[in-house]
Amino acid sequence: MLLIPCPHCGERAEIEFSYGGQAHIERPACGPEVTEAQWAAFLYLRDNARGVHAERWRHTHGCGRYFNALRDTTSDRFIAIYAAGQPRP
Amino acid sequence: MQRFSALSLLLRGLGGHRSWQPHWRKAQPQRAYDALIVGGGGHGLGTAYHLAREHGLKRIAVLEKGWIGGGNTGRNTTVVRSNYLFDESAALYEHAVKRWEHLSQELNYNVMFSQRGVLMLAHTLHDVQVGKRHVYANRANGVDNEWLNAEETQRFCPLLNVGDIRYPVLGAALQRRGGTARHDAVAWGYARAADALGVDIIENCEVTAIRRGPDGRIAGVDSTRGPIHAPKVGVVAAGHTSVLMRMAEVRVPLESYPLQAFVSEPVKPVFPCVVMSNTIHAYVSQSDKGELVIGAGTDAYTSYTQRGALHVTTHALEAVCELFPRFRRLRMLRNWGGIVDVTPDRSPIIGKTPVPGLYVNCGWGTGGFKATPGSAHLFAWTMAHDEPHPICAPFSLERFVAGHLIDESAAAAVAH
Repeated sequence: MLLIPCPHCGERAEIEFSYGGQAHIERPACGPEVTEAQWAAFLYLRDNARGVHAERWRHTHGCGRYFNALRDTTSDRFIAIYAAGQPRP
Repeated sequence: MQRFSALSLLLRGLGGHRSWQPHWRKAQPQRAYDALIVGGGGHGLGTAYHLAREHGLKRIAVLEKGWIGGGNTGRNTTVVRSNYLFDESAALYEHAVKRWEHLSQELNYNVMFSQRGVLMLAHTLHDVQVGKRHVYANRANGVDNEWLNAEETQRFCPLLNVGDIRYPVLGAALQRRGGTARHDAVAWGYARAADALGVDIIENCEVTAIRRGPDGRIAGVDSTRGPIHAPKVGVVAAGHTSVLMRMAEVRVPLESYPLQAFVSEPVKPVFPCVVMSNTIHAYVSQSDKGELVIGAGTDAYTSYTQRGALHVTTHALEAVCELFPRFRRLRMLRNWGGIVDVTPDRSPIIGKTPVPGLYVNCGWGTGGFKATPGSAHLFAWTMAHDEPHPICAPFSLERFVAGHLIDESAAAAVAH
């Protein structure tokens, strides 16, 4: 089980958190100019990085807030924690 | 190839079994091939075998990063079944079950396929309705499946605790033609049969780049054992498919998660079938060696670490102990994780890619072992003809753009 550093509550056990998937995925602007390929990419395509991965976590059973993290998917070590809405460090 | 038979066993036994040769050669990579398979699991080795046997390709190599049987082929819980809800899935998995039924004879290698029956338990009214719907849908598709009430379920699997639990067993769907097979024998059997047809099986050979010609077509790969040219490359790399496809600048809708399994200490034969419970997340069978083989769910986050969290295993064991109180004092012997490539609709991707000459067979997620002989057969056909076989045509990469998902994530009779 991972020990996850919540920026608001400190380090807590993984079972208190929900995984939110890859971070920084932007929804295409609405309108007929959005192609099916763009829409499919938004819905389904993910980097699935082997190495540093920017992802969202929510401290569901704690403060309830979302935050972003950089984690190495080859070791599961957290490299950086930053606020939701901030650019990737 | 030294064929196995009662006579050959007897004769070589008289010589102290010292005259057996290795199952496959230690092949050195050649400069060029007609086709390369990246990934030496059951699906990849089987693809090479069918390309050589039925499609007349002469020079084929399988490139394996580690060793044969060291990836997901040797890490799954060995269950085989075809009781999927949708027509496309039923056709795909039933194609595989039909091939399983003759695989040992075809490969002259005992894969220990045992059709001992797969029981899928229902614990709630909703489970019963969904279970019966699966039974009827399967039968309409020519896939055997039948409904058992609680009493019949108990009779079929006597160790099962149907009544004295939080969610009593109300019934079960039973696919009698489902069962288990010995997973590493599948990899070894295909490797041996492919090698006998001249396929080079190259272990410890990691692909580091995928090369394309000026016209955009596949030209070959770079590997840790040097560059290798080929006009056709099939990627069958399970959890590492995204990494390889990125080398060809193709993005695939996959996420890789650790999936854990574990075995108990071996005991005498006590367990007659496979039992799956989606509602309380138990998944158990007994190997011929006597170990209980138990599967857990995936971890919550993407990872390539081939290990998972303890609370995930604990959750699975709690359910097994509730359903089978007699197993409570068994010790667990080993546990491990494999990296599974999960698609958004939990159905695989088998077919062509936007790059001419590059093919992909991936996305089997938590349930690829059961499909091995079918997947290998269809993928070889697809690579040889440069068009998808009719059975795997719906499982194209384009379905995510077209919207024709085969949404087993909602419908499948399995916990993901």
